[in-house]
Amino acid sequence: MKVAQRFYLREVVSGLVLTAGHFFRNMGKHIARSLGRKDARGAVTIQYPEERRPLSPRLRSLHRLVRREDGSPRCVACMMCETVCPARCIYIVAEEHPNPEIEKMPERFDIDLGKCVFCGFCVEACPEDAIRMDTGILEFSSYSRRGMIYTKEMLLALEPAGHDGVPRSPVPIPADRTV
Amino acid sequence: MTALADFGIAFGRVAFVMFFVLNVAAILGWVERKQSAIMQDRIGANRASIFGLRAMGLFHPLADTLKMLTKEDFLPARADRLLFVLAPFVSVLFSLVAFASIPFGDTLRVGDRVIPLQAITLNVGVLYIFAMLSLGVYGVMMAGWSSANNYALLGGQRAAALMISAEIAIGASIMGVVMWYGSLNLQDIARAQGDLVFGWIPKWGILTQPLAFILFVTAGIAATKRIPFDMPEGESEIIGYFVEYSGMKFGMFLMTDMVETTVLAGLCTSLFLGGWQVPYLLPDGFHFPWGTVVALGSLTVSLLQVGSFVTKVAVMIFVLMLIRWTLPRFRYDQAMRLGWLGLFPLSILNIVLTGAVLLAWGGRT
Repeated sequence: MKVAQRFYLREVVSGLVLTAGHFFRNMGKHIARSLGRKDARGAVTIQYPEERRPLSPRLRSLHRLVRREDGSPRCVACMMCETVCPARCIYIVAEEHPNPEIEKMPERFDIDLGKCVFCGFCVEACPEDAIRMDTGILEFSSYSRRGMIYTKEMLLALEPAGHDGVPRSPVPIPADRTV
Repeated sequence: MTALADFGIAFGRVAFVMFFVLNVAAILGWVERKQSAIMQDRIGANRASIFGLRAMGLFHPLADTLKMLTKEDFLPARADRLLFVLAPFVSVLFSLVAFASIPFGDTLRVGDRVIPLQAITLNVGVLYIFAMLSLGVYGVMMAGWSSANNYALLGGQRAAALMISAEIAIGASIMGVVMWYGSLNLQDIARAQGDLVFGWIPKWGILTQPLAFILFVTAGIAATKRIPFDMPEGESEIIGYFVEYSGMKFGMFLMTDMVETTVLAGLCTSLFLGGWQVPYLLPDGFHFPWGTVVALGSLTVSLLQVGSFVTKVAVMIFVLMLIRWTLPRFRYDQAMRLGWLGLFPLSILNIVLTGAVLLAWGGRT
């Protein structure tokens, strides 16, 4: 080390100048923002619940079951997704479809989101394009494991996210939560 | 009647200082969070709200205090009960009373009564503050020893060693100021800093004793155990002397930190930044060097002086926080080496230089 460096002082002062520069620059932007300049941002923070980052259209979010025109699920209960699922979180019980041209439909279609790893294999495996992960819903939680199991009815009710990535359907609230 | 008035005035002086110190210390937690956030391009804690009013996170210190008050007050089974309970009180008491002899204004004249704006007028104010700050080591040692925890004991020993090595440097660095202004009375020192050099530069301590200022700030940060000298506590990773403390007792150690920072800022202000002096303000108004005179009343002058003192303390706290959020932590042996082989010899050198200058210019003998 050089003698000047051994005294720390110059290095300390240059460090303080750097951080103080950040402080005053950001403080100026904060003040400008509070005075009405909305384009001045003093921080890189995104204030999450009020302010959201735009989501990529390819993002894998909460699943939904695609409906036919009559409202019944497009799913034919072929068990492809249940088979491919690495987390084994899909449980399907098949039943007859009233339309004789369609072989089967699910009586039960449960996804245990507590186990799901959001790999998207079920979407890729589906021959009928009946399951998609495009709702844009990321916040689902529950106080119990049971509350993380989403049933066919809940999944059928979901809508795809809008073009801006904002979810169009409300988050299904599990039975053990009041808010 | 006069006895009652005297009592009231004395009470008011003490109450003002206590009010100032405690409130500044309480708000320092907020300042620390917000300042560090703004320095690091963040926003900082802003979620605590009362009836939806967030007030830029000002309620967070309140929420912290409430949390600490309602937490379990844990007493380790093998701890020395008396000392364990006493330690945080000792720490916080000595840091609180240290502020008492720092003047926050010149004298205020009400009628024929002359009130010194200082909680207690001591002619050895500098020594008093050192005595009180040094006694703070006892709180740390007691906390470390009485916890019956080896980590706490080690932390206490490290803290004590650091504080002692730093306080010697503080004492020696301040001797230059005491020699220059020829008094141990902080009020006299502050008053003497109102003189002008060349007719227009205020003779503040930072100009007459620049080396002492740097040494004092460095040693002061070390003595208050703040980053970059926080290896005795190291709130983020090292186990310090207050491992076993919880609830408000722990909160009192945190408060000691904040109060000590305030005291350090106040001491820096009165020794090096001209205390309550406003440049060119004399007891009867402004006397600018180009000859303009603005006459002011006694009360206005006092208010200006108190405002000047508070502003300087705030600026000094800002600088201390800036240092805290800029520099990385010293290793223990590095801090010791800096204290004994860096700060201490340099402050002795400062005393010698000051003495030589005083002797050469023949100002004082």
